[in-house]
Amino acid sequence: MGLEAKLTQDGFITTTIDAVVAWARKSSVWPMPMGISCCAIEMIAAADPKYDIARFGSEVMRFTPRQCDLMIVAGTVTYKMAQVVRRIYDQMPEPKWVIAMGACTSSGGMYRSYSVVQGIDQFLPVDVYAAGCPPRPENLLNALITIQEKIGKTRARDFQDIIQPKIEIANN
Amino acid sequence: MEVKELIINKVKENIGEANIEFVDAIGDFSIIVKKEKLFELAKFLKESPELEFVMCKDVTAIDWATRKKRFSTVYHVYSFKLNFTLRVKTNLVVEPYKVESVASIWESANWYERETFDMYGIEFVNHPDLRRMYMPEGFEYYPLRKDFPVMGIPGSLPLPQKPE
Repeated sequence: MGLEAKLTQDGFITTTIDAVVAWARKSSVWPMPMGISCCAIEMIAAADPKYDIARFGSEVMRFTPRQCDLMIVAGTVTYKMAQVVRRIYDQMPEPKWVIAMGACTSSGGMYRSYSVVQGIDQFLPVDVYAAGCPPRPENLLNALITIQEKIGKTRARDFQDIIQPKIEIANN
Repeated sequence: MEVKELIINKVKENIGEANIEFVDAIGDFSIIVKKEKLFELAKFLKESPELEFVMCKDVTAIDWATRKKRFSTVYHVYSFKLNFTLRVKTNLVVEPYKVESVASIWESANWYERETFDMYGIEFVNHPDLRRMYMPEGFEYYPLRKDFPVMGIPGSLPLPQKPE
């Protein structure tokens, strides 16, 4: 059965390094919990034993961007907060992915006003949008699985040309 | 009724009848005061031993959006002694919209006045730290004014560049 059978038969398997790396990456996506408002509560619920994000290898919510692969932007992003979100995104090492969780993050949601960014895709490359206000934890897990599928298709050459962005620290 | 009469008598005595006006609308009792006399009235309300309005619950403003009377500032003050909330209003008619700060009388008015400045652009003279509160530093507009569009002024709030 599966790997065990392979091991007892031949003791080796053939594959490509690309496939192994992509498999390793997608199986341990460490999220950066960018919990800005109420969506963060559902994100926390996704991490608890009932929904258990650990089943997908993403239980390590690191509160430092330097150890993360995936940013879950959970909540209303104002213009003032956009600078902070972007700075944290810039601090994450490549390769990195972004989930826009919820209506506010994806499109401004019900906050059609001067202070709220009408969709974070104006300043971040979003990979998956999770619908809902707030999305149920299942929906967040679905977004995570979609991201995993996307990561599973990546090859090393996809990341060859990536140049780390220059981080400009504002004086304030 | 007694409380309102007490306030009317005391305030009339000390501030002068010409400078004030009393309004009692649907049980909400307010004093409308001339802007030059606001600080004096505030000081009197707090320090008078009969009244003791020691707590400033809110400072806000109203944009009437007319040329005749542009702004009113509203102060909600509370007296534990009388168990009474009083509204003090001042009309600001001509530009520049300036009014004396009451932050030196009620400490809590400090941030309320900052907020009012941020949203309405009313300048509180002698305020200890009159800076923007919600909006970013350097923002040029005042969002709660009636002539400010709901979706804001395009380009007034900068966004970071999208990577790649």
